[in-house]
Amino acid sequence: MRYSLKTKMLCSLCCLVALAVSVPPVDGVEIENLTKTINAIGPKGLGHAKARQAVAELTKCDVNQIVLILDGFDSSNKLAVNWLRAVVDTVLENSLQSGGTIPLDSLMGFLADTDNDASARRVAYEWITEGNPELRERILKTALGDPSLEIRREAIDHAVSRALSIKDDAGPEALKQLKLTLSSARDLDQIDQITTEIESLGGEVDLPTHFGFLVTWNLIGPFDNSGTKGFDVAYAPESAIDLQDAVEGKNGNIRWFEHSSEDPYGLLDLNTIMPEKYKGAIAYAHTTFESDKKQSVDIRLGCINGNKIWVNGNLITSNHVYHANTSIDQYIARATLNKGRNDILVKIAQNEQEESWAQRWQFQLRICDESGTAILPSDR
Amino acid sequence: MKILQIIFAFVCLQFVETNAESADWADFRGPNGNPVHDGKLPLRWDIDGKENVAWKANLPGRGVSSPIAVGNLVVVTASAGAKQQKLYVVAFDQQTGEQRWKRSFWATGRTYTHPTSSNAAPTPVSDGEYIYAFYSSNDLVCLDLKGNLMWYRGLAHDYPKAGNDVGMASSPAIAGDVVVVQIENQGDSFASGIDRFTGKELWRVPRDPRANWSSPVAYQINDGSFTVLLQSPTGLNAVDAKTGNERWTKEMSCGNITSPLKVGQAIYFGAGGTTRLKLNSKGTTPEVVWNANRLTANAASPIVDGENLYILSGSIIKSADANTGDLNWQVRLKGRFWATPILSNGHLYFFNQDGLVQIVKVGETGEVVEEFEIGEPVLGTPAAVGNALYFRSDKHLWKISHP
Repeated sequence: MRYSLKTKMLCSLCCLVALAVSVPPVDGVEIENLTKTINAIGPKGLGHAKARQAVAELTKCDVNQIVLILDGFDSSNKLAVNWLRAVVDTVLENSLQSGGTIPLDSLMGFLADTDNDASARRVAYEWITEGNPELRERILKTALGDPSLEIRREAIDHAVSRALSIKDDAGPEALKQLKLTLSSARDLDQIDQITTEIESLGGEVDLPTHFGFLVTWNLIGPFDNSGTKGFDVAYAPESAIDLQDAVEGKNGNIRWFEHSSEDPYGLLDLNTIMPEKYKGAIAYAHTTFESDKKQSVDIRLGCINGNKIWVNGNLITSNHVYHANTSIDQYIARATLNKGRNDILVKIAQNEQEESWAQRWQFQLRICDESGTAILPSDR
Repeated sequence: MKILQIIFAFVCLQFVETNAESADWADFRGPNGNPVHDGKLPLRWDIDGKENVAWKANLPGRGVSSPIAVGNLVVVTASAGAKQQKLYVVAFDQQTGEQRWKRSFWATGRTYTHPTSSNAAPTPVSDGEYIYAFYSSNDLVCLDLKGNLMWYRGLAHDYPKAGNDVGMASSPAIAGDVVVVQIENQGDSFASGIDRFTGKELWRVPRDPRANWSSPVAYQINDGSFTVLLQSPTGLNAVDAKTGNERWTKEMSCGNITSPLKVGQAIYFGAGGTTRLKLNSKGTTPEVVWNANRLTANAASPIVDGENLYILSGSIIKSADANTGDLNWQVRLKGRFWATPILSNGHLYFFNQDGLVQIVKVGETGEVVEEFEIGEPVLGTPAAVGNALYFRSDKHLWKISHP
C-alpha cells in the first residue's frame, strides 16, 4: 500500500500531535504504583494486560527517574524483574540514541547501596559501565563480595587478572591474592581456574570444603527399579533407617555400608562403589549433618539419574529424569535444618537404558546458602 | 483529552503500514519451514579478505539459534553468564549491521545444556508485528519491532519440571493469533498455545514425557483455521491451533530432532527414514504415499524444491524424487552437521559444526563446488533475504552479499 506525500504529511502531523498530548510526566508516586502493577504479574499470563499498560507508561519516564524504577525491583519475583528490566533498558537506550546521557551519579549511588535489590544493582552496573567504561575497574576493585553474583563474577575475573600479572615477580603475594579471591568465588569455572593457579604456586585448595560437599555416606542397594517402577516404591530406608539391619533388596538381603568420596567435587560413582554395576536398580545414601542452629539452607544435588531427597524425613525434591546430562547444583531445593543432628537420605534410581551414554549412576550433594556459600557441619 | 488521544491514535493507525509484507525470513527454516530461496547469494566469501562480507557484528553471548529477518532488521538471540542465565534478543540493521536495540533478561527456568548447545537454541519467530523469542529455559518473550516489551512468560516458572539439561531446542511457531510451543522432556511435557497479543495460555496438552527437539509447524486449512503439526518419537499429531484439540494422529516411530515439512498437500517427516503423507480435503488422517528408510535425517530437516527432496543423512546429502522417495544421487560431505542447509539458485549451502562451509551444486547429480573455513562453529540454519545471506556463528552475526 502506498500513500501520497500529502497524506503522509498529514499522518506525521497527527502522530506528532498525538505524541505531544499523550506524554504526560510520570511522577514518583505514579512510578511506584506502576511498578507495583508489574510486580503483581502471576502465572500463565495473569495480570499481563495491566502490566503491559504499566510498561508503556513507565517507558515514558525521564532517565533521571530510572532509579525510581530500579527501586521497584524485587528479585523474588523473577517474572516481574524481567518486565522492569525491559523498561529500564528501553528508557536508557532510547535516551542514548536520541543524544541523551546516562544518569551516572544516581546510578552510582544506587549501586553503592548493597541493600538494594541485587538484580536492580546489576542493571545499574551495566548501564554505568555502558555510559563510562572507565568506571568498571573502580567498581570491581571493591566488589569481590558483592551480593550480585554477576557483579562478583566480574570482580573475581578482575582480581585473578591482577594476581596473575604479578605471579612471576611476586609469587607469594599472588598466591595470597588468589586465595582471597577463591573465598569469594561461587562459579565452578572460576573456582577451577583459581584452584589451578593456586596449585601451580604451591598452594593447596580443599574443594569439598569450599563447596560444602558431603563426602561420607552410608549406602545400601540394589533395590528393584525394573521398568523404572521402583522410583515410587517406598523401600525400607524410606520408612526407617537402621544401619545394622539387613533388608530385602532386588537380589536378596542387603546391608548398609560406609563410603567416603575422595573426589574433589564430592562425586560418588555407584557403579564402582556398589558390589556390581546394576541396571534397573535403586540405591539409597544416608548421612547426618550437625547444625549449630536451626537454619534454612539450599540442598544442591548433581545426579544424572532419577532422584529424591529427604531431610529429617521430609521429601524436599523428586526428579524422575534419567541420563539428561548432569552438573554440580543441577537440582536445588530449600530445606530447614534443625539445631543438632539432621538426617539426609538420597534415593538414586538407575534405569535400564543400554546406550553407552546412559550407564552412569552417581550423585554429588552439597549444602550451602542461596548464594552458593558452603554451610559446613559444626563437627567438620 | 483521552478522547482526543484515541481519535488521533485511530487516525494514525489507518495510515500505518505494517511490516508483515516485508517479513520475508521470519521463521525457523524460513518461509513455510522450507529453506528454499530464489536470490543470488555469493558462492564464496573470505572472512579475512572481507570478500563478499557486507558486515560482521559482535553478539553479546553464544547461541545456536538461527537469525530471522523481519522488516529492515535481522534479529538474533543469545545467552551468556556462568550458567547461561542471561538471555538476549538483539536487532541489527540489515543494511549497515548496526545494532538497533538489545534487550536482556534473566532465565526463569533450567539453563543447563550440553556444551555444544546453548540456552539460546530455539529460533525466534515473527509475525511482522511482534517478535517471539524462546529459550531452552522455556522463557518466552514478546517484543515489538522497536524492542518494546509486550509480555514475558516463564513457562518453566509455571511448570517447574519442564526442562531438559541436555538443552531444549524446539522453535515456536505462529498459527494465526496463536504462538505454539512444544516443550517435550522427562518432566512437565506439553505443547501450548499462547495468545500472541497477551501472552495468556489458551490451551495446553500433555505430551509424552520423553526428550524431543522437533519444532511445531503451522499451516492454514480451507476453513481459514490453522493446524499445527507436532512430531514426537511416537508419531505425528495435528492439532487445532486455537484449542489444541487433536485433528488427526499418525502413529509411527519418528525422529526426535528433525522437524516436519509441509509443501502443498504433502508432509515430509522423519519416520522410518523419511515418510511422505498426503493430506486430504476432509481433514482426516492422511495416507502414507511412500516411506524411504534410506533417507534417514539426523539433525537437519528435509528440504523440497519442486520434484526434488534433499535429506542430510549424517554427513551425506541425499537427493531423492519427492514423488516417490527414490534416491537420485548422494554426495559425502565433511564434518558433523546440526544446521539445516538452505537451497538458493541451484546450490545447497552447508555449514558444519567446525565452521566449514560446503556448497553443493544440485542438478542431475550433486557436486561440491566450494569449500572454505569461516573459523567459528555454525549450528543454526542461515536466513536469506534478496541477495543476502545472514548466519550466526558462535560469537558473530554475518551478512554475506555481493558488493
